[in-house]
Amino acid sequence: MLNAGIWPTLDYSRVPYRLYHDPEAYQREQERIFRGPTWNFLGLEAEVPNPGDFRTTYVGDTAIIVNRDANGTIHALVNRCAHRGAMVRREMSGNASEHTCIYHQWCYGQDGRLNSIPFRRGIRGKGGLDPSFDMAAHGLRKLRVASINGALFGALAADVEPLEDYLGAPVLAQLRRLFERPVTILGYNRQRIRANWKLYAENTRDNYHASLLHEFLVTFGLDRSTQVGGVKMDARHRHNITWAEAESDTAELAQEAYGTARVRSNYLSLKEPELVRFRRERADPLNIAITSVFPSAVFVQISNSLAARQIRPRGVDEVEIFQTMLGYADDPLDLTLHRLRQANLVGPAGLVSMEDGEAIEIAHRASRPDGDSTTVIELGGAGVISDRDYRVTDVPLRGFWSYYAELLGIEPAGAVR
Amino acid sequence: MTEGGSAGGRFALYDLFAAYGALIDAAEFDAWLALFAATCSYHILPRENYERGLPAGLVYCDSRAMLEDRIRALREANKYNIHNDRHLIGLPRLIGEEDDANLVEAPFAVYQTDQEGETRLFATGLYRDRIVVEAGGFKFRDKLVLLDTFAVPSLLATPL
Repeated sequence: MLNAGIWPTLDYSRVPYRLYHDPEAYQREQERIFRGPTWNFLGLEAEVPNPGDFRTTYVGDTAIIVNRDANGTIHALVNRCAHRGAMVRREMSGNASEHTCIYHQWCYGQDGRLNSIPFRRGIRGKGGLDPSFDMAAHGLRKLRVASINGALFGALAADVEPLEDYLGAPVLAQLRRLFERPVTILGYNRQRIRANWKLYAENTRDNYHASLLHEFLVTFGLDRSTQVGGVKMDARHRHNITWAEAESDTAELAQEAYGTARVRSNYLSLKEPELVRFRRERADPLNIAITSVFPSAVFVQISNSLAARQIRPRGVDEVEIFQTMLGYADDPLDLTLHRLRQANLVGPAGLVSMEDGEAIEIAHRASRPDGDSTTVIELGGAGVISDRDYRVTDVPLRGFWSYYAELLGIEPAGAVR
Repeated sequence: MTEGGSAGGRFALYDLFAAYGALIDAAEFDAWLALFAATCSYHILPRENYERGLPAGLVYCDSRAMLEDRIRALREANKYNIHNDRHLIGLPRLIGEEDDANLVEAPFAVYQTDQEGETRLFATGLYRDRIVVEAGGFKFRDKLVLLDTFAVPSLLATPL
């Protein structure tokens, strides 16, 4: 049984492996997290710029249509016909004034309203629906939708708090920073990782692994844990910002620290140094800003490479990472080229991200047989969950689990939050 | 002179593609790099981006320097799933000529085998290349890997 008794500690410094493998946990996550009081990243207003534009996406396992109506209002709808549960809109994107299910041609408006049903009155007075059938009660289910400078979020539960409260001031500031100007879509990439989705959500909150797993960061001098940086969370500690400032350490300090840790740091030089050259674009000096929004969104700045990611669970043993590469609509050509080159850093083939796929697959594989055994999450200390102004820490993972336990109804009495 | 259309030219093209797949599968990346022209590009583009006219690739090397950096990172920095690749490359098709280059397409499939001996289909797609004569032989000047399997299984480390 999934209950509060599964936690060996009250500070989430021990997480039972079973939570990555338990079908009961997966079902409860879908119900209480993804269909519960959370805001999920849906996509960008820039992807549906004109009336009638739509794109399809997911919130957890639930298929979603995002579209813009004739008045410019954006609606998000559950992509499931009220009649027999079929997926109504099959294409990834397009433009349409209505959405018609191919199965029996039930037809819905851009706001989800059920507009028409073929043979509703039958043929020659025979068959069809009873006159009492209530069309208004059989539309596509609507999500609550809110936007932060064009980044669209949706919520399936009616009782969710306002998006800005949900995000909290630090995350809100990061999103407003990333979306400070209109963005343009440079492309998409997708990855199917054979691991539970929470291993990926943890990974983006894990500052400790970055320069150890991703040797490219240190080997080619792009990012080191000796830089000024840290982790910053919302008041409930469910989200996290991992940040670092460019050129804020010295080669000597890094050599000393990584030498002691027996990590290679020979600072190989690239034949094309533009690949790692940071062009400062803002007043602040951040060259790493990775914002994880509970449960399933990650907004990424690594040098001049910008991206928005959705974590899409695909069953208990698989996750899809759907990543949208971004630039700004007013980027000069040479900056667009720079971003396309630095897109080499992230994604399934990313020079500083490909390892994540392997790391979480081996964690998923080896943790399977021992459900009662646990992880050890103590970098940066156990106990209280709080922001850190250093990088050798995994405290935000404990924040993730704390909110996870609350939503799943398995929070032990006296647990830290 | 493009020379791709003559009978001898066809055989030389076939040899080029056969070597291309075999050298990746054998992890002989220096010899593989030698199949590219002194000035070259190498892109792996998801088909969904290509069809929408979106430029971002999974791998975006618009110079030989970037391609060589990729190989160096693969050897010296990146960690990835332990596996063997097997390229099955279909017959290259000469589409036409553009200035001094042959325009050539070839379909491919890449299977990956892990340490347990389990093989899975990793990718299918289409090479769309500009091939030139340089130093007496055919070399890839621009190689575009159009990736059908754009939901990349696990991760993409070794070149396609």
